[in-house]
This record gives sequence, structure tokens and C-alpha cells, in this order.
Amino acid sequence: MNMKPSPPRWAKRFLHLFCPAYLVEEMEGDLEELFEQRIRLIGARKARLRYVRDVLSLVRPSLRKQKPLEHPSPFLFRPAMLLNYFKIAFRTLLKNKVYSVINIAGLATGMAVALLIGLWIWDEVSFDTYHPNRDRLAYVMATQTYNGETGTYNSIVVPLEKELRSLYPADFKRLSMLWASTNVLAVGEKKIAQPGIWAQPDFPEMLTLKMLKGSREAFNDPSSVLLSESVAAALFGDDDPINQVVKVDNKTNMKIVGVYQDLPPNTTFRDVRFVLPWHNIANWWNTQDKDWRNHGCSLLVQVSDRVDMSQLSAKIKDIVLPHIKEIEYTSLNPMARWHLYSNFRTGRVDGGRIQFVWLFGIIGVFVLLLACINFMNLSTARSEKRAKEVGIRKAVGSMHSQLIGQFLSESVVVAFVSLAFTLLLVLATLPFFNRLADKAINIPWTNPVFWLLTISFTLFTGFISGSYPAFYLSSFKPIKVLKGVMRAGRFASLPRKVMVVVQFTVSITLIIGTIIVYRQIQYAKNRPVGYSREGLITIAMNTPELNSHYNELRAALVESGAAVEMTESNSPPTQIWSNNSGFSWKGKDPTTDPLFGTIAVTHDFGKTVGWKIVAGRDFSRDFTTDSSAFILNEAAVKLAGFADPVGKVMRWNGRDHVVTGVVKDMVMDSPFQPTVPTIFLVDYGWLNMIIVRANPALSIRDALDKMEPVFKKFNPGSPFEYKFTDDEYARKFSDEERIGNLATFFAIFAIFISCLGLFGLASFVAEQRTKEIGVRKVLGASVFNVWGLLSRDFVVLVIISCLIAVPFAWYFMNSWLKQYDYRSDMAWWIFAASGLGALLITLLTVSYQAIRAALVNPVKSLRTE
Amino acid sequence: MKGTYLGEFEEVVLLSVAIRSGDAYGAAVTTEIERQMGRSVNLGAVHSALHRLEEKGLVSSKLGGVTQERGGRRKRLYSVTVAGRRALEEIRQLRNQMWDSIPNTAWS
Repeated sequence: MNMKPSPPRWAKRFLHLFCPAYLVEEMEGDLEELFEQRIRLIGARKARLRYVRDVLSLVRPSLRKQKPLEHPSPFLFRPAMLLNYFKIAFRTLLKNKVYSVINIAGLATGMAVALLIGLWIWDEVSFDTYHPNRDRLAYVMATQTYNGETGTYNSIVVPLEKELRSLYPADFKRLSMLWASTNVLAVGEKKIAQPGIWAQPDFPEMLTLKMLKGSREAFNDPSSVLLSESVAAALFGDDDPINQVVKVDNKTNMKIVGVYQDLPPNTTFRDVRFVLPWHNIANWWNTQDKDWRNHGCSLLVQVSDRVDMSQLSAKIKDIVLPHIKEIEYTSLNPMARWHLYSNFRTGRVDGGRIQFVWLFGIIGVFVLLLACINFMNLSTARSEKRAKEVGIRKAVGSMHSQLIGQFLSESVVVAFVSLAFTLLLVLATLPFFNRLADKAINIPWTNPVFWLLTISFTLFTGFISGSYPAFYLSSFKPIKVLKGVMRAGRFASLPRKVMVVVQFTVSITLIIGTIIVYRQIQYAKNRPVGYSREGLITIAMNTPELNSHYNELRAALVESGAAVEMTESNSPPTQIWSNNSGFSWKGKDPTTDPLFGTIAVTHDFGKTVGWKIVAGRDFSRDFTTDSSAFILNEAAVKLAGFADPVGKVMRWNGRDHVVTGVVKDMVMDSPFQPTVPTIFLVDYGWLNMIIVRANPALSIRDALDKMEPVFKKFNPGSPFEYKFTDDEYARKFSDEERIGNLATFFAIFAIFISCLGLFGLASFVAEQRTKEIGVRKVLGASVFNVWGLLSRDFVVLVIISCLIAVPFAWYFMNSWLKQYDYRSDMAWWIFAASGLGALLITLLTVSYQAIRAALVNPVKSLRTE
Repeated sequence: MKGTYLGEFEEVVLLSVAIRSGDAYGAAVTTEIERQMGRSVNLGAVHSALHRLEEKGLVSSKLGGVTQERGGRRKRLYSVTVAGRRALEEIRQLRNQMWDSIPNTAWS
């Protein structure tokens, strides 16, 4: 029998490969028909050739792109379909109330933390943007090296201003010397003490103060003053303050020429409540314009519009060198960097608050990630429940992309529901957060940028947290799922486990960090201070009346019974306002010029603060030579290298001073740093502060009530303003405590979110294994067995997290602690306690579900309908 | 009228669909053209022209039922629409009009 000639097979295969599926049948039919005809007309060989030609001609773009009209492409985001997605999403949410609550609560807290951190970062980054000239303003900085340490400060010498004005007139548009001080303002009987600033006429223009009354230009007059809105209201109420006279520090009358809007809290000059004229005889610094060594006030400059700030900074580097012997460099520090990059090390910028911006930014991202992980975990864990839905949807004709769209829209719905709760939560916690972070942040309800960011951030969160479940669920094979053989593989739960580990690693790291921060604070707080702070009160001497009545005032205070002792000094006990070099003594290395803290005191200082003499004796009125005596602290003795300090002679400012005593180190500066080498000397002409030891027999309130009339008598021009030394000392810890509090705040949220996720997962696992537990119980397992069975998996995960978190935390906290010279160690028990704590929390969370599952009567769980 | 412009090959295909009306599918149209014009045509060219004509609305198509022929494979049957007929008539009228305008002296 003759074989029927057939077309070449490869050509057929080629057609199947390249022709769209819906066309293949029709084309094949046509090809075959023509082939049959052609065999008869032109023979088999030629027919085959024509067949191949036809196949090739069919593979053309115009035939590839067309789609069958019978199956119109489904438009993914058709409104009807979208509405249906949302409807299904809400139904699913309502059906599984526990999961929905866990999901929404977790996501809402995560987003709330992220939002709070976002607001905080925004506040930090937008610091000083209130001033339109921010990018052109800068402080002139002085970099000096003493005792081998280089310091960079905005504290400069007064003649620098005239020098810059005359040498570089084209580079600087405006300059203003500044000296911040607290002054007493009096109008009639009304007196208030407020922080203000002495400044030159350009200052209001540089900061672009928003004038509510009067004008910035009127400040040219050296007897004019600008008031902030709040001070004007305090002094004048509703009356017009313009051209009224205010008495400053009870001695100088000045004319009010303008009222400006209070500077907002996120500006450097937020505390400036009034601006006083620099060129006024009442400004002591204005008399120092020939002294090239007295650093104390700052110089704000506005760089000309087309001048490059860093080039100008390099240009003025050596400007003070011709006038002084010491090495000192001058540079510019732009306003945009003041707040976030405030630390200097060896003359260069070395971080600052920007580190916290990064740190908290990272924490925020992590907390949000934890919340997203929860969502993913719960959704994938519950995938088996929804597998049938996916199977049916696919069988009815849903496409892969439609299912992805459905699950994504579900998570976006959850994200937006969470957003509503997030905003409520942020609104509720913002006052607390503001107190914690020392901020005045508001939710910018009316800012379109805020809404744009918030909504895109919510969409993003929804997409991120919905992406994994969406792709995972939509990839189920309908036949398998509907047959019920859908069995997750051995590794199906692996991503879920990894996510739990990530969550707990973050949480445990935060716990360890928090403990270490608090321990460091406590360690520094327990540091021996060297004097007694309780009942110590300081009063600033800002009027001439207080300066001249030392003995009378002291006698009157002691006599009133309010105080047991009183002294005066040039710095409050919690600060060292003055540092000096230029000391020499026998045996000193002539190549060095060490810097000592210099504190001028009266004879009664030691008795008042309660210092401890370790060698020699205290200052005494019995020795007239004590007017040139020194008392050193132990750190100063060490710096000077005295083996037997008492009786040694130190030369300073052309005079010989005898060391009469040594006191135990007192923590007057930072409690985290080594004690500053300090010299105490008696000088009744160099005093700024009154220090009073309140009578311990009286309550502090009663003592203050008795003191007030005494001060009123000697200083009638000023209100009685005082500070408690222990409060001032506590303030030294405020930065560290703030970090600790914020870290606790975030750690609690992170743990809460992790536990929420764990709770959901545990309940899911318990539910899934109901039958297994029933069988085990029937076979004799105890509640404890079942509990162990269900908890074991989670405990293993948490232990893994511990192992990862410990080295992480150790590394980060080690570098944090390094910035403190006086620091606590990182004891092993911190890590152990954090791990155990996390384990305990895990067990508590899981046990609720485990025990509930274990207590179920097997009859109920094994019954099948 | 850009949308309804008919190329020469398209015109031939459209005429073939009309000739084989009721039974016009890819292979039939191809054999018809080959028979009428005496030259070989690629199947791909025919199909692509049919698709283009359908896009222009000059022919319509429906998938035919399963038959015993060609191994039970279905064929897509084309028919000329009203617009297609009008297009053909317009071309013919234009040709006639031009023929009529040729002066007798032209051929001498």
C-alpha cells in the first residue's frame, strides 16, 4: 500500500511553536487542505515545499498580535471588579474577627511608630528652616588645642567682628556679635526675668524676624529693644508696647521699637525672648573689643549671595594668628549643620544628632517591617483556609493577575483601616511622645504633602505586606486544591519561621539596648559627686545691687533661719564656666600649657557646697594670704604632677599662688567624662552666682518663703529667681534619659507587635492540629505533653533569635558606650536576662493558645460531620 | 478616507471572499486566488489580509463548527459586510468612470 504523503513534521512543530494558540487549529486545517490539493496538482515534493513556505509566511507579526474577539482581555481594574474585591475583603475581615483584630492592631501600631518617628525626623531635619536665610548664615568657629585636646567652639573674641568687616567687606553681607544672657525686664511694677540676646543691628534682618509691630530697621538705635510677642504680652497685656520704655536689669532704660513673632521650638534661637542692642554701655562685652584672648560671645554672619561658604571658611582660617601667640583657627559653621552635626573632633565635624536621626529611622523601618511580617505570616498561615476559594476562582476563570489584584486590594483595605487607627493612636500618644522627646510636634492636618506621604506610605505598606501572600496564594493549582490534596511541603513554613526569627531578633536587640542605656545612666548617677546637692540653691546675680552686699546678704540669710550657709562663685556648682591656661610651677614641662577649670569663690564656698578636703586646709579668713591661695582638686594635682601639693607655688597672671589644700574631685561638668582639673581661688571681684545652702530643718518651700523677703530687700529691682542644684544636676542626664525612654517606647511597641503575631500564629497552629491533639489525648497524652508539643516550635525560634541578637546588640552597644569615658560594663546577665525575658513572653503568648487547645475534649475535636 | 483604503491584494482577497461566499475560509480563498490569477499565493499573506479587512470592518468572521473534513479541524468562515460590498462597488465605479473618460483617440 502506498504511504500517503504527509507534510514535513518539523514545519508543523515550528507552527505550534510560533503561532498563537488560538490560531493554530485554523491554520493547520488550511495548510492540510491546501497540501492535499497540491499533491494532486503539482506533486508531493512541490506540495511539501509550498507547505513550508506557507508555514513561514504565517509567522508574521500581524498574525501574532491579534487576540480572539470571543475572549476579550479582562481589564484588571474595572470598577465593578474593584468594588467586588473590596466587598470580599470586608467580608473576609468580618468573618475572621480575631485575625482581623490582630492584623489591624499590629499594622496600626507599627504604622503609628513609623509615623511618630517620621514626624520626629521631619522636625529634626527641618530645624531652623523657619529662617529664609538659613543657607547663608553661619557661626564663626574657633578651634583651639589645649592639654592635647582640640576643641571647636562658637565662642570667639570680640575684635574679630571688626576685622572681618574691614578685611572681607564683599564676602559678608551682614554680621552680628551675639551674647545670650538672662536679663530682668521691668515696666512699672511688672518685672520678669527672661533669656534674651545682645545683638548688633543686622541681627533681626539676618534671622528675618517676623515683625508684628514696629520694624526691624528701627533696631539701629543703640538704646532700642525688640520684644517677642510673648514677652510683650506678659509686660503690656493688650496695650501697644511700641515706643514704651523698659528698664533692663534695673539700670538701663531702653525704648521698645518692635514686637516679633515668637520663634518656633525647632529653631536654635527659640529661647531668645528679646533682642538687646550690642552697642550699649550696659553690654559688658562691647567693652572688650581690643582683647584678642577673651573668648565668650559668638559671631553670626550672613555670607554674601554668590560667595561659597566653604571657600570663605578656608579663606579666614588664619585671621587671628597675627594678634595672638596660641594656635587658633577660624572657620565657618553653616546654620544648616548646627543642629544635626554639632559634634567636633580634632577640628572636624563628627556626627551629632544626625546619628539619632539615623538610629530612630532604622528603628522605625524595623518596627514597620515587624508589623508587615505579621500580616504576611498570618495571611500565608491561613492560606489553606482560602485555598479552596482560590481554586474555585481559578476554575471559574480568574486569571493569575486578577487573584494577585484581589489579595493586594485586600491588604490595601486592611492598611487603610489601620491608617484610621494609626491616626487615632498617634493623636493619643503625641503629647506623651512630645514630653519624651522634648519636642512640640503637631500632626500637620492641613499639609497636603503630609497627606500625600501618609497615603502613599499606607499604599506602600499595603502592597509590601500583601505581596507575599498575594503571589503565594494566587499560584495554587486549582485541581490539586479542589481535590483536597493541597499539602504544604516541608519547607512551606520556612519563610514564616524566618520571619518570626527576624521579629524576635529585632525585639531582643531593642530590649538589650534599653537595659544597657538605663544601666549606663544609673551608673553615672551613682557616681560619687564629691559635694552634697540636696538643698543647694543658686541665684544668678544680674543686678548691681547684689554684687556689693556680700556680707550683709549672707548674715541676713543665716539670721532669717532660711539658710545655714551662703557663698558666691563665678559658676554654678553644676557647671564650670571658665577655663584658663598660662599656669606655671616648678617641675612643669615647659612645652605644654595645660588648661584648668578656674572657679572664683568666696571663703564660704567649701562650707556651703560641702566639699571634702583630702589634704591641707580650706580657705580661711584667718589667713590674709588666702586671697592669693589656690585649692586644687585631685584631677588638677594629677595634671600638675605634684607628689605633695600642699605648699607648692603656682604662678598665674604674674602672681604667685600657694596651694593650701586639695579637695576630692567634684562632678561639676559632665558626669560621663573624667573630672575636669579645677583650681579654686578666692576672688570677690569675679562672682556671678549666689549659692545658698537651705536650712535642712525647714521644708524647702518654707526656706524659700523666708529667703524671698531677704532678696527683695537687697535686690528690689528683680524678681526672686532661683534654681535647685539637684534639678540642674539631673538635667545633665536628660539626653541619655531621653534616648533610654525613646528606646523603651519603641522596644515595647516592637515586643507588642511581635507577640501579637506570635499569638495569631499559635492560634492558627493550634487550630490546624486540632485533630492531631484529639488523637494524642485519646492515646493518653497529658495537657502538659500537648502544651510542650505546641510551644516547642516557637521556643526554638526564639532561641535562634537570641543567638542572632546577642552579637548584634553587643556590637552596637559597645560602640555606643565607647563615647562615654565613665561607663558601665556590659555584663553577661543583661543578655541572658533579655533572652530569658523574650522566652518568657513567648511562652506566655503561646501557652494561652496551647493550653486552650490541650483542654478541648477530644470527642469534640475528633467528631466529623 | 484613510481607514477604508484598499490595497490591490486586499481588493483581490475581498473579491475572492465574495466569490466563495458562504464557504470563504483561508484555504478556499487561497485556492480561489491562485485559480483566478494563475499565480501562487502565500497562506500567511492571505490570512494577514483577511485580518486587516476584518479590522477595517469590510469582512466579518465566525468560527465554523466541527466537520469531518481536514481531520476535524474547525475553520473560520468570512463573509463580506455591507461596508465591504460598498467599498468594492466604489472601486468598480471609479474604474468605470475612468474608463469612460478615456478619449477614443487615446488608443490610435
